[in-house]
Amino acid sequence: MNTPGTFNDASDHYLQFKAVQKSYDQVTLVVKDFNLDVSQGEFLTLLGPSGSGKTTVLMMMAGFESVTSGDILLDKHPITRTAPYRRNIGMVFQNYALFPHMSIAENLAYPLKVRKKPKAEIESQVARFLALIELEAFGNRTPGQLSGGQRQRVALARALIFNPSLVLMDEPLGALDKKLREQMQLEILRLHKKLGFTVIYVTHDQTEALTMSDRIAVFNDGVVQQCASPDVLYEQPSNAFVADFIGENNFLPGVVEHVSDDIADIKVSTGEVIRATRVDCGDSGSDKVTVAIRPEKLFILPTDHEYDSAITVKLTDRLYVGDFLRYFFELPDGTEIVVKYLNDHAAPRIAVGDEVQLVFRARDSFAFSPM
Amino acid sequence: MARASYPAYYTFWHILGEYALKLSAWLVLFFLILPILVIIPLSFNAEPFFSFTQGMLQLDPEAYSLRWYQGIVENDNWLLAIKNSFFIGIFATLIATTLGTLAAIGLSSDDMPFKRAIMALLLSPMIVPLIIIAAGMFFFYTKFSLAGSYLGLIIAHAALGVPFVIITVTATLSNFNRSLYYAGLSLGASPIRTFFDVVVPLIRPGVISGAMFAFVTSFDEVVVVLFLAGPGQRTIPRQMFSGLREQINPTILAVATLLILVSVLFLLALELLRRRSEKMRGLDDTTR
Ligand SMILES: Nc1ncnc2c1ncn2[C@@H]1O[C@H](COP(=O)(O)OP(=O)(O)O)[C@@H](O)[C@H]1O
Ligand SMILES: [Mg+2]
Repeated sequence: MNTPGTFNDASDHYLQFKAVQKSYDQVTLVVKDFNLDVSQGEFLTLLGPSGSGKTTVLMMMAGFESVTSGDILLDKHPITRTAPYRRNIGMVFQNYALFPHMSIAENLAYPLKVRKKPKAEIESQVARFLALIELEAFGNRTPGQLSGGQRQRVALARALIFNPSLVLMDEPLGALDKKLREQMQLEILRLHKKLGFTVIYVTHDQTEALTMSDRIAVFNDGVVQQCASPDVLYEQPSNAFVADFIGENNFLPGVVEHVSDDIADIKVSTGEVIRATRVDCGDSGSDKVTVAIRPEKLFILPTDHEYDSAITVKLTDRLYVGDFLRYFFELPDGTEIVVKYLNDHAAPRIAVGDEVQLVFRARDSFAFSPM
Repeated sequence: MARASYPAYYTFWHILGEYALKLSAWLVLFFLILPILVIIPLSFNAEPFFSFTQGMLQLDPEAYSLRWYQGIVENDNWLLAIKNSFFIGIFATLIATTLGTLAAIGLSSDDMPFKRAIMALLLSPMIVPLIIIAAGMFFFYTKFSLAGSYLGLIIAHAALGVPFVIITVTATLSNFNRSLYYAGLSLGASPIRTFFDVVVPLIRPGVISGAMFAFVTSFDEVVVVLFLAGPGQRTIPRQMFSGLREQINPTILAVATLLILVSVLFLLALELLRRRSEKMRGLDDTTR
């Protein structure tokens, strides 16, 4: 339904964070300046290292933590003035938080019961959602009698059954093993596609974020570093943190020689001058920069690929990883560079200690101010 | 044969030590239990003595009787004492359980200031010598005309029972997963509704065992009663105390036997609860 990037420009401002700050101790800000615009029906992932404040942001949305300053608007209304239990926000907890003294059916019925829905409606909704998560036969069991994946599905259904305006998921798959996690990712996407709810999904697993999300907000140091669709995030990172955090990257230190429009000429430690796309670096000569180039965008001369720049490096190691090869190079100043090649006939045959030239295009290399 | 079960490196002294340990354990058990057990047959004594008669030792049915049990039922003092004990015990338990549970919940919150100080204060009735508490209560309650009244005794016993409730409920709460409370709120239940639908059922075993401790505390408390109770508020322990001094006959042994029976029932109930809560906890673990 939603192709990546659909939500980039045409946001309908369904959920808005405006300069949200949070401090637990009135001294340090855990969330410094949080701005985000989410569309209705969007699957947005908050991705950041552990301790970056992701849970804190969810807790503020759910109303379990107060907002120190700033505003959270849901459908143009500030939700900070609404009590948590009146916000109509579904939440999936990492530890499932199913009520152990209630059966699965009772767990699912609970949000409808507190909303005083008629009995018949509750029963039909519970049956519908049990079918949706393929646990029809488990309505009378207690959570303790289910496996981890089954519990996670019940938690998901319980957070969706009352038709919430927004669903928050805090690392919901963190406790599952890899295989089950991948199954559940598909399960969540299937339900999202079918029911069209708006999701704020929290994870520190970038693979999970990249496969599931319409957009990802990379969160670090209390601010959103970049919010974009997975492909944009990977191919056009807007600062060095994002370039480093998403996927694998090589970083070459250097200084600016000259800039023209969006291209910067940068002198690296070998003395060579390379051309890179200018992102957030300075423009005066001698400004320190770091150039990010992905391992699969670097080629060893001779090559058929087009290129704009070359650097001279020495091979220190070669790693055989089955379907591809990893070459480890070193610059004279000790900077390490990894190059990734498919393990086919084109893979160059070079020996440790050989000096070779690595080449790349300006549009595949990005100049950032150093982290 | 028996030696075979000892580790091969055991010397004579190891084995001697092992026997000494077993012997002392049995002795401790013997001295703890015997005085209690010996009361039971003596309470069926047909004679007004506190010792075994010749007939009892020869298991002569004639030497046994239920006359002391009958004595309880026919004696208004005893009936009043039994009634008072249950009346005071039940109300003190209700108050102690409600207040103790609420206190435990408040004290388990992260935002609670002066947690340790408040906890120490609430637990102090368990630690401070009872005679000091009783004397203090006597002077304090007299000022409010609470001495010599049921209300005074109920409040006093509730204060003595609160620490037990706080301890058992706090222990249960430490196993309580806070996100269950948040889950209740996120599903649309008000904090009060969440409390009754989610928190109470899960901490119920702790609340009930705390209540039982509180009840037993009130039921066998005598020091505070000696200070605070008027003639109308004699309880079972108080009546036994005066029974020992005034009318020396085995009626108090019959009462004691009944009390032992009640205690055993309570212990059994606690054990059942413990098993249930363990099952519940196992369940909770899997939801973590
Ligand atoms: N209740 C709290 N009181 C004080 N500090 C907290 C509290 N919760 C989280 N923090 C702090 O806020 C920071 C962000 O935490 P959190 O939001 O849990 O990060 P994440 O979910 O991204 O791992 C951490 O440094 C953490 O120690
Ligand atoms: Mg977290």
